[in-house]
Amino acid sequence: MDIGWYLVVSALIFCIGAGGVMTRRNPLVILLCLELMLNAANLSLIAFSRMHGNSDGQIFALIVMVVAACEVAVGLGMIVAIFRRKLPVDVDELKELQG
Amino acid sequence: MSAVIFFIASIGALAGAIGVATLRNPFYSVLALVCHLIFLSALFLLLNAEFIAAAQVIVYAGAVTVLYVFVVSYVGDGSVPLGPGGVRLRNVALLFVGMLFVELCIALLGSGLKAIDTRGATNLGDFGTPAAIGESLLTKFLFPFEVASLLLLVAAVGAVMLARRRRGGTTIDDEPYDATRYITPRSLFSGTMAEAVGALHAPVEEPTKPRPQAPVPAPTRGSGSDGSDSDDDTQEG
Repeated sequence: MDIGWYLVVSALIFCIGAGGVMTRRNPLVILLCLELMLNAANLSLIAFSRMHGNSDGQIFALIVMVVAACEVAVGLGMIVAIFRRKLPVDVDELKELQG
Repeated sequence: MSAVIFFIASIGALAGAIGVATLRNPFYSVLALVCHLIFLSALFLLLNAEFIAAAQVIVYAGAVTVLYVFVVSYVGDGSVPLGPGGVRLRNVALLFVGMLFVELCIALLGSGLKAIDTRGATNLGDFGTPAAIGESLLTKFLFPFEVASLLLLVAAVGAVMLARRRRGGTTIDDEPYDATRYITPRSLFSGTMAEAVGALHAPVEEPTKPRPQAPVPAPTRGSGSDGSDSDDDTQEG
């Protein structure tokens, strides 16, 4: 298949993830949708790496996966801390930081 | 053949993505993410990225998802209904997403990259094999590799520090343990375990006088012998 098709799939997955981040209110699902967006970026990185025949893009995708794993660990730690403080696990209720 | 696999894998990945974003129960969202990741690793395999595909299945679908499942089962499903203004904001968000997709398509169609309409480079060599990836990780990209390991350490320590027990504020650990929140107690003498082993005996029922049964034969008028029949008597009398 042409490289363009992979980029179209990547754009679709990114848009679905962005829509999920904007519409959902459960922070767990928002983290999952962030994963979707990172995966879409990974797919286009690997597609371009294949297009150039150069495996540097795959290293970039690997680093993105590492950063995503770190983000998941810290985000889930925050959700557990929120839950233990007996605060609502809902991003619309947690608005003290907005000033 | 590769086109068929591409369409199957991309339809699966898109279906998984839609499931993640739309399913109500967060547990099902995590399962949809696993489905999405596995189909996405098939796409990676089609792009000759063998090591990345394997790492995707092992790291994401194996490890990260288990972390999600633990937290979902700890927090429970926080499925909340849309608040006031939620539907309107959702429409705005969907409009924004549509505009984003149109913009990405414009960028794709107007791209000056000629090779987008081809199948990519032809002579690949050891492109994407674990050997090639490992070699470039340890030679050309040694510094990002080490920084990534440091980042993982910082994130692990940070997650532990975030979720630990600390002073100030009230947490769910401050409440005294109340077993009745978690266990529904069973009434005594209904076949509990203590009775089965003989540690507890039901009190011997004292012989009571026999009550009149439901078909009472011709209640005696005005006698008032039994409480159950008295109101019938007052209606008639």
